Amino acid sequence: MTPSDRFISIRSVSKRFGAFTAIEDISMDIGQGEFFSLLGASGCGKTTLLRMLAGFEAPSKGEIFIDDQPMSDVPPHHRPVNMVFQSYAIFPHLNVRDNIAYGLRKQKLASTRRAEMVEEMLDLIKLPGYGNRKANELSGGQRQRIALARALILRPKVLLLDEPLGALDKQLREQMQLELRALQRQVGITFVFVTHDQEEALTLSDRIAVMSGGKVLQVDTPAGLYETPRTRAVASFIGTMNFFRGTVRRNGSVMAAIEAEGLGTIPMATAQLTKPDGAPVQIALRPEKFSLSPKRPEGGLAVEGRLRTAAYMGERSQYYLSIPGKAEPVAVSAPNSHRLMGGHDLPEGQALWLSWSPESIVMLDID
Amino acid sequence: MSSYIKRPNRALQLYAVLFLIVLYVPVLFIPLFSFNDSIYVRFPLQGVTLKWYGELWTREPVWNALWNSVKVGLVVSVISTVLGVMAARAITRTRMRGKGALVTFIMMPLVIPGIIFGVALLVLLSRLGVPLSLYTVGLGHLIICLPFAVATLLPRFEGFDPSMEEASADLGENGWWTFWRVTFPMVMPGIVASLLLTFTISFDEFIMAFFLTGTDPTLPMYIWGQLRFPKEFPSVLAMAALILFVSFALVFVAQWIGRKGLEEQE
Repeated sequence: MTPSDRFISIRSVSKRFGAFTAIEDISMDIGQGEFFSLLGASGCGKTTLLRMLAGFEAPSKGEIFIDDQPMSDVPPHHRPVNMVFQSYAIFPHLNVRDNIAYGLRKQKLASTRRAEMVEEMLDLIKLPGYGNRKANELSGGQRQRIALARALILRPKVLLLDEPLGALDKQLREQMQLELRALQRQVGITFVFVTHDQEEALTLSDRIAVMSGGKVLQVDTPAGLYETPRTRAVASFIGTMNFFRGTVRRNGSVMAAIEAEGLGTIPMATAQLTKPDGAPVQIALRPEKFSLSPKRPEGGLAVEGRLRTAAYMGERSQYYLSIPGKAEPVAVSAPNSHRLMGGHDLPEGQALWLSWSPESIVMLDID
Repeated sequence: MSSYIKRPNRALQLYAVLFLIVLYVPVLFIPLFSFNDSIYVRFPLQGVTLKWYGELWTREPVWNALWNSVKVGLVVSVISTVLGVMAARAITRTRMRGKGALVTFIMMPLVIPGIIFGVALLVLLSRLGVPLSLYTVGLGHLIICLPFAVATLLPRFEGFDPSMEEASADLGENGWWTFWRVTFPMVMPGIVASLLLTFTISFDEFIMAFFLTGTDPTLPMYIWGQLRFPKEFPSVLAMAALILFVSFALVFVAQWIGRKGLEEQE
């Protein structure tokens, strides 16, 4: 690991509020220039962790290092980080220019230089000419940009963002996601981004920490989290996932297989399967890893199921099929690039073949 | 058929009008008789005159008493508002035990009869050998005004997002600068309202002043003293009319500023 991979280092950090444990022994590193997301449902501790990075909460145990400096004794106003608040916290008694220049007081700049810097920031956030507007004349998206500019003008080592897109409507949100990503590349500052929206986290981040109950479940790239989740909790939090219980079947040391509920016997490479014969396992398959066909496909793994419900979703459809030997229906997502059997309104009870490849199977830790 | 919730209720409307009349008519007699050309307060009125106001103008002790009341009012309003800001900030921004009980204690002078506070303070001060003066009057007024200041300021502090102050800290300002650059401007309307309200309360206050005044009377004390002389009574009415007018004006301005500030914030 190079020092720049440990730009922010969180070491065995816990946070308790009275009897309630908000953060339980978290350790992780965030690299310089990374777009790093903390993803989890509300109450998982993600905001508490962010507030500890900002200095608004002190860890009950452990230490946070930023750029190799321990942060315990550094108050918020001396930390090399700035934050974009969920409510944006734009000062209502100041205009846009004074809001953006708020943090520059201590730098004792000439007023012309200061005005120049504010104009640069207004250009960066694509709001030139807005300097004299009052806070209450701004839309949600504009406030969000002002909050960004106000933080970025100080050139922080780390920018903390607390659900900054949560208050925006869907279209503006998607536009701001793209802009935020582009902006982060442009300024090269490390972003730590808190969100409960898995899609947003996948779109924006270099890496994501999935949090639940004050713990980090998994830290990985978006593709890593989606394709190879380690636990059922992570797998079901991100996207839709089908879970199957299974048992390891070994026949000597070369061949191994999993006997899975509803799917039958699936041959596996021994390297992928280290557990002994008869051990219980849990496997998972994403809905889009299945293919649907009216007839049994030639070769490969397939089972026959019956259609329960189908939901037409535009570019793709989501099907739910019941298969023998499994109680819950299997979710299958298929693109609507060609119509399955010539139409999208298949009758309930229609027999369909599900096929998949063994490589798309995810082995989960039993939790 | 509209629901009973929105239907106008004649009886209630009539009651409300009667209530307001009963409440304010006695007060209206004061300005009325202050223009009456007679030293006796009785109907029929004897003709309109401004001479009582003129007489008031030339009386030296009135001006002394007025100035005393203004001095006490200014000092009391500033001190109680400063203390009120500190209390409101502490109540809304810090996690502390027994906060509810503390707020109740701060608000207690609102319900404890002034005469009890007055007697208690008088006994205490005479035990301590503190001579009665405008300072002791101010002390009494401070006790009465503080809950009003806190009650005026609390909603302002409750109404603004604590992340405003955090944002200021995050942008590099310490507590002192955060207060002056963010907190103070944002609660400013509340501060103005509190200053006006506490000044008015101190200015009109009688019971505390009755117990705690030394040789320098406040205006209400002076008026009380004049009531013994029937000849002086009409000019007392004239003064009372003026005080009424100024008090009403100040309270209205205080309310208006407070409300305007709240609207702006939303």
